[in-house]
Amino acid sequence: MSTDTQLRNSPPARETLEIATRRRFLTVLSVGLGTFAAGLVGIPLIGFLIAPVVEKVPRIWRPVGPVEQFKIGTTVEVTFVDASPLPWAGVTARTAAWLRRNSEEEFIAFSVDCTHLGCPVRWLPDAELFLCPCHGGVYYENGKVASGPPPKPLPRYPVRVRDGQVEVLTSPVPITTT
Amino acid sequence: MKLLRRIWHEFDDRTGIASLWEWVGCHPVPPGTGWWYVFGSATLLAFIIQIVTGIALATMYVPSAAHAYNSLQYISHQALLGHFLRGLHYFGASAMVLLVGIHVMRVFLHGSYKYPRELNWLTGVVLLFLTLGMAFTGQLLRWDNVAVWSVIVGAEQAGRAPVLGKYIAHFILAGDTVGGATLTRFFAIHVFMIPAAIFAFLGAHLMLVLKHGISEPPVAGRPVDPKTYRKWYENLLEREGRPFWLDAAWRDAVFGVAMIVVLVILAVVVGAPHLAAPPDPTIMEAYPRPDWYFLWYFAVLALLPSSLETPVILFGPLLFGAILILVPIFGSKGERHPLRRPWAIGTVILIWVTIGTLCIEGERAPWSPDFNAQPLSTQVVGATSGPVYEGAILFHKKGCEFCHSIAGQGGHRGPDLTYVADRLTPAEMTIRIANGAQLMPAFGGILSSEQLNDLVSFLKTRKRPVPQGNNVQSNAVASTSH
Repeated sequence: MSTDTQLRNSPPARETLEIATRRRFLTVLSVGLGTFAAGLVGIPLIGFLIAPVVEKVPRIWRPVGPVEQFKIGTTVEVTFVDASPLPWAGVTARTAAWLRRNSEEEFIAFSVDCTHLGCPVRWLPDAELFLCPCHGGVYYENGKVASGPPPKPLPRYPVRVRDGQVEVLTSPVPITTT
Repeated sequence: MKLLRRIWHEFDDRTGIASLWEWVGCHPVPPGTGWWYVFGSATLLAFIIQIVTGIALATMYVPSAAHAYNSLQYISHQALLGHFLRGLHYFGASAMVLLVGIHVMRVFLHGSYKYPRELNWLTGVVLLFLTLGMAFTGQLLRWDNVAVWSVIVGAEQAGRAPVLGKYIAHFILAGDTVGGATLTRFFAIHVFMIPAAIFAFLGAHLMLVLKHGISEPPVAGRPVDPKTYRKWYENLLEREGRPFWLDAAWRDAVFGVAMIVVLVILAVVVGAPHLAAPPDPTIMEAYPRPDWYFLWYFAVLALLPSSLETPVILFGPLLFGAILILVPIFGSKGERHPLRRPWAIGTVILIWVTIGTLCIEGERAPWSPDFNAQPLSTQVVGATSGPVYEGAILFHKKGCEFCHSIAGQGGHRGPDLTYVADRLTPAEMTIRIANGAQLMPAFGGILSSEQLNDLVSFLKTRKRPVPQGNNVQSNAVASTSH
């Protein structure tokens, strides 16, 4: 029997056991501390990255023009600024909607985002249709799907008349969910 | 000279750089590796070009939602060599996508992913997806209105995911609309996150190449047996191995230089990709299109039946990734030569033909309305007053021409109507126009009955011209065919 095999077969000396325990403890300690440190830095970092998802964005009414500017039976583009744009947002802070005046009282503000994949639909005043430039979705003047891939009618933004001004409520980009 | 030699000797003693070069540069490669083996190194070279041109662009590009577009205008039109540099970065990206595709195809056809190189393949799959990620985010950094709408299209696709869809969409937009934080998010992803991941996986990929050696060219009838392959390969290298530098590397060098020359020529001649309108979401004249590398996917989303759309958006990429991951797991041994694996050849041909066809179709985009369709000329209409003339005006005004072409003018979403009267009766036309179809709006509520009559009067005249002298005969044929 060689010395090696003797060593392996003999019961471990107390010192060896102690070293093994010590090593195990130090492993747990190091990995544990490492995980703690990673969490200490990582969790706030993840929080920072996902903040835009959880943060509540205020919604405010934005005036888009005096009532008499809009003729009954017509649809026109109106633009407004997002609720609280970042100072460096530039033109990206702007949003558009298609505003239809149905009667003396009734206004409808359609989102410009096609419900298929979000491309900006265009109003064709003569054809009285909204057309999407991406995959050819078409909507009627009331926002209902006329043809093509869109699964839902054009979403509407809340709209009201205050002090002679038509106002649209700033809203999230409508996302078609399943 | 003596001093220099001594300095080098001391430097090597402290760094071990000579033996490192021996290991990395002069590792033995099997005999017979030919021009098929250059695409991996060429992809790497294209990536290096992307790094240097990207860093150079970053010295001038302003990653701010308000200023990025203007800084790109400046780079493209005013900065010295800016047009060239943007062009080089764009064509470098195209080269990287194309070459990584060819490299994957080569490795797949040669069965080089088989034992013991499964992890070479898997790290390569990650690199493939990271490259596509760079391509997509890179287009967004162009930050024109096409980029803005592309972000929204991306968010809309993520929005299809069950339960979490809306949250993922808002994560992509960095808020609930496109705004000041959207661009910087993609800037960080494009410039820091994905490149960091590419470096990590590239390191692993190259380490594995050195560990397992370059796969020898496949020979029909010599299958891979995991029990004996390693020993056999080692013997092969010992017997016939050649140092990578320069027995194999010269081809990489020649191909790489040729690639760079082509890229430089393209960058000089074609230059930077066009910037569309400013990133203002209120500009409605927008034509969101992906760059060529995603045109096939743009086509897929236009051509799919709506019931398949969400499953394909959600599971298509996952399925593609899963298949790529399973390739080396289920195919780790056996024949490597493509002639003994006809399915492999068939799959590669199918994929290239499909993607190629869809890219061409995506470029044509017949499903998109032609917003620039001009009114038909008097010569085509054939009348200057009366119902036919009125109908022709309505054909343009009411948007028919955006989707239907007549005499080569107009869109291609719907059937060509140049000779519509040859196949539809006036009554059939009236029904179709009034009721619409799946891909056509119902115009019953839009047109007055008089307008509808005028339109049909116009369409009635859209007949194939009858050769003179054959009137009687062709009329007889027409009447029997009805």
